[in-house]
Amino acid sequence: MYQYDNIDQTIVNERVAQFRDQTLRYLSGKLTDDEFRPLRLQNGLYIQRHAPMLRVAIPYGLLSSKQLRKLADISDRFDRGYGHFSTRQNLQLNWPKLEETPDILEELSKVEMHAIQTSGNCIRNITTDQFAGVAPDEIIDPRAIAEILRQWSTFHPEFSLLPRKFKIAVSGSKQDRAIVQAHDIGLEFYYDKEKKMAIRVWVGGGLGRTPILGSIIREHLEWEHVLTYCEAIIRVYNLHGRRDNIYKARIKILVKALGIEEFKKQVEAEWSHLKNSPNTINENELKRVAKFFTSMPYEKLNDQDDAFDQAIQNNKAFASWVKRSVHPHKQKGYRAITLSLKPHGLAPGDATSAQMKIVADLADLYSFGELRVSHEQNLILADVKLKDIFNIWEKAKAHQLATPNIGLLTDIICCPGGDFCSLANAKSIPIATSIQEAFDDLDYLHDIGELELNISGCMNACGHHHIGHIGVLGVDKDGSEWYQVTIGGKQGNDASIGTVIGPSFAAEEMPGVVKKLIDVYIKHRNPEERFIDTVRRLGVNPFKEHVYA
Amino acid sequence: MLDSQLILNQSIIDDEWTFVALPNGNEEVKKQAGKVVLFKLTGESPPSELQINETVIPQNGKIILPLSVYLKNREALQSRLKNNEIALWLATHETLDEFIIIEKNINVFPLIAVFVERFQDGRIFSLGNLLRTRYQFKNTLRAFGDVLQDQLFYLKRSGFDSYLIKTGKDVHEALKALQSFSDPYQGAVDIKEPVWKRKVRS
Repeated sequence: MYQYDNIDQTIVNERVAQFRDQTLRYLSGKLTDDEFRPLRLQNGLYIQRHAPMLRVAIPYGLLSSKQLRKLADISDRFDRGYGHFSTRQNLQLNWPKLEETPDILEELSKVEMHAIQTSGNCIRNITTDQFAGVAPDEIIDPRAIAEILRQWSTFHPEFSLLPRKFKIAVSGSKQDRAIVQAHDIGLEFYYDKEKKMAIRVWVGGGLGRTPILGSIIREHLEWEHVLTYCEAIIRVYNLHGRRDNIYKARIKILVKALGIEEFKKQVEAEWSHLKNSPNTINENELKRVAKFFTSMPYEKLNDQDDAFDQAIQNNKAFASWVKRSVHPHKQKGYRAITLSLKPHGLAPGDATSAQMKIVADLADLYSFGELRVSHEQNLILADVKLKDIFNIWEKAKAHQLATPNIGLLTDIICCPGGDFCSLANAKSIPIATSIQEAFDDLDYLHDIGELELNISGCMNACGHHHIGHIGVLGVDKDGSEWYQVTIGGKQGNDASIGTVIGPSFAAEEMPGVVKKLIDVYIKHRNPEERFIDTVRRLGVNPFKEHVYA
Repeated sequence: MLDSQLILNQSIIDDEWTFVALPNGNEEVKKQAGKVVLFKLTGESPPSELQINETVIPQNGKIILPLSVYLKNREALQSRLKNNEIALWLATHETLDEFIIIEKNINVFPLIAVFVERFQDGRIFSLGNLLRTRYQFKNTLRAFGDVLQDQLFYLKRSGFDSYLIKTGKDVHEALKALQSFSDPYQGAVDIKEPVWKRKVRS
């Protein structure tokens, strides 16, 4: 993974000093609440319901075991011994003290981490596929460009106060796992006819209040121009995006207002001035960064292991976990493994400091000391030998990290919701846990098969409800909490936005509603057909009729 | 110690320019309650004809005029322009396209100022960048309005060299913020090359 040189380290150290000074000025009354707000947000610090929340950046979801141990230590020392992994591959601390946040940042800086631009109206953490570098369907490992984008976007002076937040996702695989179509800019890497790395550029996607899938603004961009082309897009947005209404301020609204053709025309006009300007990347810089993301020193192995196969034969629980949690790998004899942060009945995405330390140990023992965070809020050991999988399972199981539900109904994507977040209209965690409890029968869960259920506590859509096969949105009606249900949303290359099935439900109705949706699916599904495909084939009506019958 | 809120480069200096405001003519256009205009653009309105006509232009001294007022009185101001007495200011929603067509050489102005009404309005950074890079403005570029310490570093990197710090804020503290980061990553107006072109990196 990328390692800081003294330039990276100095920037992060100077940021700690800057934020310490800003916090002191705020606490001494020299900065007003309004003046301090964008400063703290651009350091990931929210003022929440019960306490501040600090969002720590995990660039493109990649962590070392050392960093994870530091996060565990920080959550013990400065918080309540746990953290929440978010849908943007970051880590959120729910109970830090405002006056201690500079100390937390200083601790983070010791392991090459920070909270820079994890919130606020600026370019946020660059996100990507959790299987980058190891996925068999990968065409180009997007992490070198992701790191180059990270450095370029860090304190980009022109884009430090945009109309609204700005999210960039990169993907280099056949199957998109980074939701590039649901980002302000999505960059899709491929090899062009000349066998040169090129980028398909998506713009104006986003979830939130107005869910819109992005449009292709450029089918073919040579990789060396990625920064200047992004600058052209973001400059047009910075100058012309709405600033009078926070709900209309994302780039997707500007793209819709102008139309993609006119927007593209303005971007290309801007780019004609910026093309080949100094931020153009060259081969040397790409090579320098890419060398941090080369393959691990793999052993030559067979793609089969007797002990592993036997364990599957003899142990039903292990077998069902393997089915869900073990993923193909480009290297023979290796697999990627997802550790579930979705044990039934607990807050999705939460990990205790003890669990973090266990995962760090597992990474050291079995996966070259690295791990990844997925936007589905789980942890991944990306480079595991077949023969080690059983050991990992036993250790993970002992620490509630091996629920065999990856990709299934109870692998719920869920924001912190009204229990923590001051933006939320409704709680989301209790909905997730009550659904998990209703589907606690693992055989039934596996029979239902692949299903993504996403829950957001408000229309800001941190829980990505629009692209859940089943999406749940918390809404406020006359001061009480209600839940609107959508079906037919999907992430990936064939992404779609879900359709609302009808009037919203009370919290206690929700497990029953999901059960009814599943009943319709079970009744009508063709062999091997997934829930989402049945919904696409039949449309919303049969589901709607049964739920509201 | 100078009783001034004005920074030029790294020093606090006296302001030799008189700022000319537009008269208040903007009637607040109230939106109909509950009515949301979908996909509308920013929609700030340019100064009205009445505002432009009613602006009082001081007869002597160095003055910073609203862009619209200058354009309206361009002919009459030419001699003063030659004496380096005329500077311009524009708001963050004003664009330069039309102006650039009329005024081919913007370096006739010793100073251009950009007014930022709310410090969160990051258009000022793009405007600074455009003035310096696209339109090759070489003279003093001043930020004024809601100009605060914590945006100075970005303003400097976007091409500004002069900052009129908001009244009531400590200008000496603000000076320090110009040095927040010693080696920024990306190329911008002040340091053109990105760090990997300036330094040998491992």
